[in-house]
Parts: sequence; structure tokens; C-alpha cells
Amino acid sequence: MTPGIILFPGINRERDMAIALEASFGRKPRMLWHKDTDLTGVDLVVIPGGFSFGDYLRCGAMAAQSPIMRAVKDHADRGGYVLGVCNGFQILTEAGILPGALLRNVSLRFLSMDCHLRVERADTVFTNRYKQGQTFRAIMAHGDGNYFADDATLDRLEAENRVAFRYATQAGEITPAVNLNGSARSIAGVYSQNLRVLGLMPHPEDLVDPLMGGDDGKPLFDALAAA
Amino acid sequence: MQPAITESLAKSFGLSAEEYGRVLAIMGRTPTFTELGIFSVMWSEHCSYKSSRVWLKQLPTKAPWVIHGPGENAGVVDIGDGLAAIFKMESHNHPSFIEPYQGAATGVGGILRDVFTMGARPIANLNALRFGRPENARTKRVVDGVVRGIGGYGNCVGVPTVGGEINFHPAYDGNPLVNAMTVGIAHKDRIFLSAAAGIGNPVVYVGSKTGRDGIHGATMASAEFSADSEEKRPTVQIGDPFTEKLLIEACLELMATDAIIAIQDMGAAGLTSSSVEMAGKGNVGIELDLDHVPARETGMSAYEFMLSESQERMLMILRPDREQLARDIFAKWDLDFAIIGRITDTGRITVRHHGQIEADIPLAPLNDQAPLYTRPIVDTPRQEKLNPARIEDRLGLVKGLVTLIGCPDLCSRAWVWDQYDSTVGGQTVKRPGAADAAIVKLDGLKRALALTTDCTPRYCQADPETGGAQAVAEAWRNLVAVGALPLAITDNMNFGNPEKPEIMGQFAAAIRGMAAACTALDFPVVSGNVSLYNETEGRAILPTPAIGGLGVLEDGAAAVGLAMPPWLDLVLIGQTTGWIGQSLWLREIAGREDGAPPPVDLKAERAHGEFVRAGILNGTVRACHDVSDGGILVALAEMCMASGVGARVVTHPRDIPGYAFWFGEDQARYILAVADAPGLLRQAEAAGIPAMRLGTSGGHDLTLPDGGTISIADLRAAHGRFFPTWMAEKDAN
Repeated sequence: MTPGIILFPGINRERDMAIALEASFGRKPRMLWHKDTDLTGVDLVVIPGGFSFGDYLRCGAMAAQSPIMRAVKDHADRGGYVLGVCNGFQILTEAGILPGALLRNVSLRFLSMDCHLRVERADTVFTNRYKQGQTFRAIMAHGDGNYFADDATLDRLEAENRVAFRYATQAGEITPAVNLNGSARSIAGVYSQNLRVLGLMPHPEDLVDPLMGGDDGKPLFDALAAA
Repeated sequence: MQPAITESLAKSFGLSAEEYGRVLAIMGRTPTFTELGIFSVMWSEHCSYKSSRVWLKQLPTKAPWVIHGPGENAGVVDIGDGLAAIFKMESHNHPSFIEPYQGAATGVGGILRDVFTMGARPIANLNALRFGRPENARTKRVVDGVVRGIGGYGNCVGVPTVGGEINFHPAYDGNPLVNAMTVGIAHKDRIFLSAAAGIGNPVVYVGSKTGRDGIHGATMASAEFSADSEEKRPTVQIGDPFTEKLLIEACLELMATDAIIAIQDMGAAGLTSSSVEMAGKGNVGIELDLDHVPARETGMSAYEFMLSESQERMLMILRPDREQLARDIFAKWDLDFAIIGRITDTGRITVRHHGQIEADIPLAPLNDQAPLYTRPIVDTPRQEKLNPARIEDRLGLVKGLVTLIGCPDLCSRAWVWDQYDSTVGGQTVKRPGAADAAIVKLDGLKRALALTTDCTPRYCQADPETGGAQAVAEAWRNLVAVGALPLAITDNMNFGNPEKPEIMGQFAAAIRGMAAACTALDFPVVSGNVSLYNETEGRAILPTPAIGGLGVLEDGAAAVGLAMPPWLDLVLIGQTTGWIGQSLWLREIAGREDGAPPPVDLKAERAHGEFVRAGILNGTVRACHDVSDGGILVALAEMCMASGVGARVVTHPRDIPGYAFWFGEDQARYILAVADAPGLLRQAEAAGIPAMRLGTSGGHDLTLPDGGTISIADLRAAHGRFFPTWMAEKDAN
């Protein structure tokens, strides 16, 4: 599987993502520019975090209109793999590739801290190195991570088992106290219907090396590298 | 219509009668409105350092590892592996009081530009903040705005904010300090400087368009505040971190080619200072045609173009044959790119607008004949050394400790850090609070940088010379305490009105102390910034020479932090005399702010630091924390909270009152966690370094020598309460 990272103006976690991908894949990912329209040869499209176009409009709204996003949609429709983290998740929802939207954190403040994510299913190409129900540590760094969708959509996501991760205590309990951004049903990440597109707010790519405080995020990239 | 050019107009621009006379002599005629504007900003305190230059010269600035010292946009030091660290700290105090969010945000933006303009990719931001009393209704709004502004800008540009410091004191009620520091990395043979060269070469403007914001910001930053400062809000600039991010990427992409001859950001005094300084440093002339400057507003005058402090703009001198290459790179990043002039051989700056010459000034006198003042000084009166036996401890150790770790100056800063992205870049080894210095690794290498900011203003107020030395020594100590080799500092000198001899006396003494410490510790100053006139209604801030320190670790994995494993011995390095004067205990518990501050013994400082660093690098020391504000017990409590591991203290001081021993602030001290205390004590004795065993780590409580006990959970609760509670309180008015 060949990964490629999309660069929108204002994206700033592309190097973090490249480090994480290289550590698992053993080679550098391809870098793609937002004005490109050809994804030939890329199996895994990765949209990293940052502030695309400054997020001066709704987060991700401008990037979702970029030339490359049509190609990403086609790639996803063909059953290609897509990973969007933080701003990348926001862009995927704005592009209609994933359901829901990311609103301002309920605290109305930027949140930069560790959190624990509970793995809701461990049988996807992204999570098969984790165990179902286990938690792992990831880093939140966002001002707009409050996942929102109408009840019908949330019910459908749950019925179709498309919730990827929820904010949890280290022991795996879902409580309001650890749902700091106020996400609906504590949802931190969701899948597309075919489970090949994943969007999540916290950053697994910043915890792939014990020197940087842990490697809880590495199994996600190892799983992709082995797919 | 522009007003008539008179001495009184010059005065309203901040020029004295004598300075205006000098302008007339240089020009040989009455200057135009635009020319007067150029003189006034170039000769402002902010741009000319006219009161401080004579003193700044005393600071040591050289060492074998210093590549560029003060005088460039930022300091440059060799950090090994063919790389250089480029760093500087700069104040944005006045704008941050008038408009906290934008003032702080543009402070971050400005210091980032100073660093990437030299060819460095910024890898870390820090900030040193001082605010007024929490009880002052305005303070909360300023703190909230400043923190949001720093986060809003730094998080968006994607440079991690990894460290800093915060103090509260009534002296900052009307004049908070926002000192922002950026550290970047470049190949040491790819450093970009600002001296223009090559007659006929194009002068290129890139970045954001120019608007009317920030006109005369540099002049505002060179005057005291009064009650009507709110009216100065239009002089505060507006930040655009997205454009800054594009500018970083575009400039670094262009810097990978051979197109750039010289480059400088447009900071204070905008187009004026960048063009005057670049041409002046290169001993050439410069010709600008303002009709080509990208403008955000219509109908701007030459004066407004030259004095605008619109953000996210850079000026470059390019090789003429690389113009298209550069144009293409900036087009790719959707940034304005305009040729607005040429380098000439006239030695003058000539500014045209609508076909008219609006300014024509000889550069040499504009730079060389800038005013330089040796202002009168008065020494700060010496304070008595306090006798701890004469002060009553009404609280005891446990209550004293809980009070101290909960006070605004020592409480947890998590509320602040949690709003700053400290991990973007994926190289943050020690995040804020995890160690005495932040540690950021270099991508793809083992090498890491250690970074800190330090100053203890209450020491500086009591004795500016000791305080200046202490600020440098503490920065050095914080780098050593993680295992780093300290290399150099940047200084941000924040003082009151230099026309008052008492203030200039503080400045001169602080420089003297800093110079002594820099020399003794081989820790030169490579960049800096001076902010004077930090007064409101005639009340000055505490003298605050904020120090930004940088050190290097050959292997980032060798660094230690505060977190200690259980069941280790805890050893105190350094002499404890129970120095209580100017301590936080004295202020917070006895309600007094008097006495001489703790003396700084630079010989001991160096010996103790080198001993500690050697122990960290050979693996003996598993955790380390310097002992500073609040003394030994506060340092121990901080280690317990950082690790979730308790400690039992068994030492009983003799001849010193308990409170003074445990909360006194003697310098050059560290607490180390080691497996073998007797072994370490023997080594210390052989090296002639005072050391004593304090106790053992382990359990879930901190057990004090008087038998008192407090759980880590209770410590954390007391430590964590202030910021969230304060911010949640609704103001009465």
C-alpha cells in the first residue's frame, strides 16, 4: 500500500504524519498538492491536521472545495483508503465523504492535551492491531472537535457499527468528564460505510515514539502498512 | 491636507526639540511629512535603542559556537551536526495591554518572522508573561486575551509552544509584559542576512498587502501609557497566522535556491525600518516606488505606506536573473509578490509616490547620527539581609506548602498550556511542566534542544544587579537540570521610563549582573530586545530582564525531567542558608516584600551545574529539579505531582528555622533522584560541592520532616485550583 499526504495551504501536521507513516511503512509517503487532481499510484490518501486556508471560514470548508477533493471522493467511491485526522476529519465531513460536522469545543477554548480513545471495533484495516474495547492514548489539539450529527444519523452510525473511537477514561469508561470537546455520544472518529475511510480528531501520529511520550498510535499505522 | 511641519508636530511624533534640530541639520531644509515620519520611527526608542545602547555594549556576545550575535534579526549558534539554532525573544507589551488578543498574536508573528527571515524553520515558541494582580478586574481580560492570542497564532502556524513563565504582581496592573521567543533550525552554511547588495538589484515585497494598521506602533511602544491609551487601539496590528504560515513555506522554498541576496521582515516601523536598515547595512542606496506596493486600502499616502505596521510582510533583495523563479514560488503559495524598487549607489533612501518624490534622505546620518543618550543613573538602595529567626512562621510546613503551591505565581499553568499546541511537529520530548526546560528533538537526528525562559522580577526590584545575574543563572540552571549543555541566551529587557535616573540605574545594574553571569557561565547574549517606558500613570513595572536560554543535548533520550521513579534517594545539591528575603514564602505567607534577594555565587553555580549535568549524562541521576521559587519543599512537591510518586523527607535542619530551611530561596541548588545517595554524596564531597540526602521517593504522600503529610491528590488539587476557578468567576462589574 502506497500512502500519500495531501497538502493544503495552512496544513501543519504533514511532517508529523510523514514521520509516523515512514516509521511503519519503511519509506517516505508521497506528498500531494491541493491543486493536483491525479491520485494514480496512491492507495492510502492521508489528510493531516492543521488550519487549511486558516480555517477562516468553517473548518475545512475551503479545502473541501479544492481540486484534489474531487479525486479523493472518486478514490473513496472506488473503495480506496482514506485517513483524515483533525483538520483532515473536518475536511472529510465538509466534503460529504464522512457524515456529521465538527463544531466549536463546548469550552470555547483550544484543547491541547492527551486523551484516551476506546477502540469500538478492531476488525478494520485501521484498527486490527488493537483489541476491541481497549483504550489507547492520543493527543488532542483542536478548537473545533465537537462532533455533531442529527440523532437519525448518529443512530444509523451506531446501528452500522461505524463509530471508530470514543473519548473514554483510561479504563474505557465513557463519561462526560472525559468528553472535553462535547462530542455527540463521545464520538472521536467515524468510518465510511465500507469502513475504508476513517476520520478522527485526536492525533495518533504524534505518539509513535516512546521518546515523544509514547507509541500508542503506532499500531494504527502498522496495521495500514501491513494491509 | 498634511499639516505644516513644525517642531510641535515633531514632538507629537515623539521627537524632542533637540532631535528635530538634528533632523533639520541633516536635511538642510524642512523635512516633508513623510520624511519626518521616517525620522521619528527610526529614532524612536524602539528602533534606535538610544537610551540602552551604551549599556548593552557591556554584555558578552562572543563564543566559539556563536555564528551571529546581536545586530542581525536573531542570534545564531552552532549546535553541531552542521546545524545552527536561530533564536530571539521580543516584547509586545504595549499592544498587548491595549488589545490583548491581537497584541499577543502579532508578538508571536513578529518573532517568528525574525527567525525564519534568517533561513530557519521555526521549531519552538516560548513566552514570558507578567500580569497585574488577579484581583484587578482588567487582569483577567488581559490574561485571557493574551493566552488566546498566543494560542490562536502559534497553533495555526503550526509551531509548538513548549514553554515559558507567568508572574503576577500589582506593578504590572497597567502594563503587562508579553515577551515571545522563537527558536528555529537552519543549516549553518545557509544563513540569510539583511545587508543589501548589488546596484540595480530588485527590491521585492512579499506577503500580505499593506493597510493603515499599526501606523506609529513603534512610537507608541516608546512612550508611557496614560488613561486614554484605549484611543491608541488603531496603532495595534492585526495578525493573520495563515498568511504567516504560507510566508514561512514560500520563503523556505525560495531559500533553498540561490535567489536571495538579502532579506528582512517588515516589523516595527514596517517598510521604513526594513528598507533603511537593509540599505544602510549594505552601504548602498535604495529607491522605492510606492505605486507598486500591494495595498489593502485605497487612497493611502506615502506617509501611511512607509509607517504602516501591517503584519506578515517581507522585503528581499533578489538576484535579477532569479526573479521569475521567485515569482513562481510566491504564486504557488498565493502570496503577493511585487518589485517595489531598486538598489542604488546613492547612499540615500528615495521614496516616490504618484510620480512625486515624497522622501529623499541620506542613510548614513539617519543611522549613524541617530541620537544616543547616556542618561543619568541612580543606584537602587541596598536592602538589608533578613534574619529568619526574627520572622514568625504562623502556618507550619504543610499549610505553608499548600498555600505556596496554590498561589498565582506557583500554581499549575495547565489551564494556559492546555490552550497551546505543544506537540505539533512531532518532536516535543518534554512538554511544558515535564522538566525544568522544554526539550525539542531535531527531526531525523538524536540531537535535541533544551529551551527555557527565566527572570525573577522581585529580586531585580530589590537589587537589579543580583537580579540580572540570577535571571541568567536560573536559565543556565534550568538547561543543566535536564542534562543540556547551555549555549547562549536572548534577552528581553523590560523596564520603565529611562528618563528617570532610578529606572536607568536599574537597567545599568541589571546589565552589570547579567554580564557577570554570562561571562562566568560561558553563556553569551546573541540577540535581544529592549522595551522601555513600561509605565502607566507614572508607575513603573518591576525591572524585568527576561532571559531566553538555549542548550543542546547530543541525545535527546538522555534528558531527565521532574518525574521520579519510586524508591530512589533524594539528594539536595547546594548550600542552604535559609535565605528568606524576597522569597515567595515571605510575600505569600508573611505578607512582606522586603529584604535583600538571595546572592548569586557564580563560581558555585557553575560547579554545581556541571556536577549535576555530568550525573544526568552518565545515568546516575534519574530525575532532577532546580530549587527556585518556593524553595526545597515546593520543588519536592512539584516532583511528586509530576511523577505521581510521593516522597518521605527525613532531614532535620539545625541552626536554621524550619520554614526558612524548607522555603528559603538560596541559589545554585538542585534536587536529584538517584539510586545510591552515599555514592553521590562521596562524589560531591570529592568535588567540594555541598550535598545532603533529603529522603526517599515512593508511596502516594509527601511526608514532611515535622511529621505532616499530604497526599499527591491533595497537592494536585491545591496546585490546580487557581486558574480554572479564577477564570470561571464572573466579574462583579
